[in-house]
Amino acid sequence: MASILDSKIPGGPIESKWQNHKFDMKLVNPANKRKHTVIVVGTGLAGASAAASLGELGYKVKSFCVHESPRRAHSVAAQGGINAAKNYKNDGDSVYRLFYDTVKGGDFRAREANVFRLAQVSTQIIDHCVAQGVPLAREYGGLLSNRSFGGAQVSRTFYARGQTGQQLLLGAYSAMMRQVDKKQVDLYARREMLDLVVVNGKARGIIVRNLLTGAIESHEADAVVLATGGYSNVFFLSTNAMACAVTAGWKAHKRGAFFANPCFTQIHPTCIPVSGELQSKLTLMSESLRNDGRVWVPKEKGDKRHPSQIPDDERDYYLERVYPSFGNLAPRDVASRQAKYAVDSGRGVGPTGVAVYLDFRDAIARLGKPAIAEKYGNLFEMYEKITGENPYEIPMRMYPAPHYTMGGLWVDYDLQSTIPGLFVAGEANFSDHGANRLGASALMQGLADGYFVIPNTISNYIASTKIEPVATTNDAFKAAEDAVKTQIVRMMMIKGNRTVDSFHKELGRIMWDECGMGRSDAGLKKALELIPKLKDEFWNNVKITGEANYVNPELEKAGRVADFIELGELMCRDALERKESCGGHFREEYQNDGEAKRDDENFCHVAAWEYNGDKKPQTRHKEELTFENVHLATRSYK
Amino acid sequence: MSGGSGKNLNLKLKVWRQKGPKDSGAFVEYDAPKVSEDSSFLEMLDQINDRLVLKNEEPISFDHDCREGICGSCGFMINGNAHGPMKNTTVCQLHMRNFKDGETILMEPWRATAFPVIKDLMVDRSAFDRIISAGGYISVDTGNAADANATPIPKPDADAAFSAATCIGCGACVASCKNASAMLFTSAKVSHLALLPQGKVERHERVDHMVAQMDAEGFGACTSTGTCSASCPKGISLANIAMMNRELLASAVMKREAAAGDGI
Ligand SMILES: Cc1cc2nc3c(=O)[nH]c(=O)nc-3n(C[C@H](O)[C@H](O)[C@H](O)COP(=O)(O)OP(=O)(O)OC[C@H]3O[C@@H](n4cnc5c(N)ncnc54)[C@H](O)[C@@H]3O)c2cc1C
Ligand code: FES
Repeated sequence: MASILDSKIPGGPIESKWQNHKFDMKLVNPANKRKHTVIVVGTGLAGASAAASLGELGYKVKSFCVHESPRRAHSVAAQGGINAAKNYKNDGDSVYRLFYDTVKGGDFRAREANVFRLAQVSTQIIDHCVAQGVPLAREYGGLLSNRSFGGAQVSRTFYARGQTGQQLLLGAYSAMMRQVDKKQVDLYARREMLDLVVVNGKARGIIVRNLLTGAIESHEADAVVLATGGYSNVFFLSTNAMACAVTAGWKAHKRGAFFANPCFTQIHPTCIPVSGELQSKLTLMSESLRNDGRVWVPKEKGDKRHPSQIPDDERDYYLERVYPSFGNLAPRDVASRQAKYAVDSGRGVGPTGVAVYLDFRDAIARLGKPAIAEKYGNLFEMYEKITGENPYEIPMRMYPAPHYTMGGLWVDYDLQSTIPGLFVAGEANFSDHGANRLGASALMQGLADGYFVIPNTISNYIASTKIEPVATTNDAFKAAEDAVKTQIVRMMMIKGNRTVDSFHKELGRIMWDECGMGRSDAGLKKALELIPKLKDEFWNNVKITGEANYVNPELEKAGRVADFIELGELMCRDALERKESCGGHFREEYQNDGEAKRDDENFCHVAAWEYNGDKKPQTRHKEELTFENVHLATRSYK
Repeated sequence: MSGGSGKNLNLKLKVWRQKGPKDSGAFVEYDAPKVSEDSSFLEMLDQINDRLVLKNEEPISFDHDCREGICGSCGFMINGNAHGPMKNTTVCQLHMRNFKDGETILMEPWRATAFPVIKDLMVDRSAFDRIISAGGYISVDTGNAADANATPIPKPDADAAFSAATCIGCGACVASCKNASAMLFTSAKVSHLALLPQGKVERHERVDHMVAQMDAEGFGACTSTGTCSASCPKGISLANIAMMNRELLASAVMKREAAAGDGI
């Protein structure tokens, strides 16, 4: 059967696809741009950069976020850095190498053409951010500084101490606020998108809840961009901020947008381990720490000695042992899996035994404490605040945690979903990272999408599509508003016996156990029995106090958890169907001695799920992937 | 050794409860038994809120998101201190091991005319967004930039700009100032941009517009007491305020010279 998914990859050699495509695209003349409105949902790196750039072009932009201020979007938390193929280090980097590393790092489950474009525009991103005044780290000579990150053997990562995300976001946010001042962008903060409105097959607006007043509002536009971030919070405990949710994407899915590779999630190897039942989130420690920290566990099972009492020859520096050429800089999926094996073999450390060490002893001896403090000082402080331990003296304890989701709404080369007029940018789309994302590539992708891709492809859509006038009095808006209101009333009426969080935690446990670092046929089937029961109980027994017509965080969370439960089920189905291991998706049945065993014959495709209504399960569609430039090979970091 | 003491605390909380912007509020007392020393302050509140919900009461509302001290969402007064007793620490990074068994903890929202209370411990800080949109940027459209290394920036300038740019916009500076002044917030952005070569072109309009907006929002005057910087979780320096005052002066001089020039 021919696929109904058309990725619309432009022809020609990979180096010139984007250039040619930009030339072929239709343009909207400057005087007409102001007659077109674009809704951008989300103000993280992807959304803020898209809103700013569309505003600069002259479109009327309406920008929405759940946060109190656009500057608080979750992108703000990124620590480590952003990649770009600048080759300022003269260490052999190039657009082609960044492209190659990303395709390989993603375990050959990403679309080559998209990845190539990403690598191409990466250099412009750095130029633009510096021009905006983003204070990226510099050397004494005044030029920009770089460091290396996992999965790469060159230093191509730009950074701003441990706050790269914050600084890049403030750049995009300021650019957007400049457009607010010019009245090109209207800002709607503390609004949560609860539905997408589709009129005559095209995305024409959204329904939002005003989180201050509870009012349900309709907003219309000529095109809608979702830049609503990732869904790691399906696991309850993750490194994501508390408000990160799949709701916007999920509602769009239910209106016809296919959801691609939902089971492709990234478990980040270096996070502060879980300490207790009441924990609400997990804290990431930047991957950059693996540049100087060495990962180890004791060689002997159950060795409870203080780390300083364990001599070198009784330590297993397992990443250096198993992957001599990448060592501690092995990519994330690989490093996480090895941490799991170490713990599963009874050699985990710390009070719970579910952790490994990340040790700076040797780096401090080699470089001195001040040099380490200059590089990682704020991360060390953060660690100490949380654990009460001083990492200059005792090795950090780390364990993998859910962090990033490669899956997301399916988009074509233009970042358009299966609903015409609905574009998806940043972590919310499935795009460029295949089955595993390399460190420092999400910030790059978010900004590539928002500054450089979306402004072009939206113009092309608007110029080449007949977009009829539509008002929020249209029936489709009324119907969507009613659906939103009905769901809220229904949730408020349940008045059951369990808190929203208790459901979220239970879902998280199921997902972590059965759809986390290791997945199996039996485990996934078990999850697929448990989740529908949980869903049923949620809709009969959740308890929300307060009212719907003012600030009500419990109601907000309930809506998000309801969607996470449905997504969790789809993730498990996706994981069950993908009978291979690749990147972060590790099916225990398909492995070579603990390494992922891909099945290119049967699974060299994107799985994109189509919603069929409440009563029928989603249909799985395939977009076949072809590799013409990077040849399919077993990924090795040994 | 590592990984927490496992000790529990029994605490009393006195929390400001206010239903909405137009309602009057009051302190309400709650018992917080068996709080783990290893939990964070917000996790302690989560626990209280769980219990309130199960008792059919409304949970205490507070802003929060990243829970790692970077998004600037969280923030309220704890025993009279913005973000609580620890230096350079936001509420979300504050751990219960810093409190004593049997202690009573007083919690109230930021108090400032320009930050109206929304509910309980939540306030409206959108005035900060409006100050930024009045000029807290460099006017460069996407696609115009020269190579990022075309203009080297001396490391001391870059580092100073970075330090000013680390402000998370939480509002602790305003809340801890007896005049509810927003000078530290505004000056941090002014310095960040004025220190960089890219930011120098618009420096005069920028400072004028941002300060005008700051005044229009109803923030108070600065009397140089310095509590803002002392309570700032990111340690933003008072030197930024001095720099902003210099920028304002330079802008005024420029204007005067321009006016005099016109007269010739
Ligand atoms: C702790 C941490 C560290 C990281 N470090 C790095 C790093 O060093 N390098 C790197 O490349 N990547 C890093 N990442 C990943 C990277 O930060 C994210 O993938 C990226 O920032 C996502 O950006 P975004 O714009 O797609 O979404 P986000 O920044 O998550 O923004 C989502 C936006 O959508 C809005 N929104 C969501 N749902 C709705 C709704 N229903 N209605 C209205 N608005 C909505 C939110 O308010 C927000 O404005 C890190 C991630 C984490 C968690
Ligand atoms: S919740 Fe983000 S700074 Fe505290």
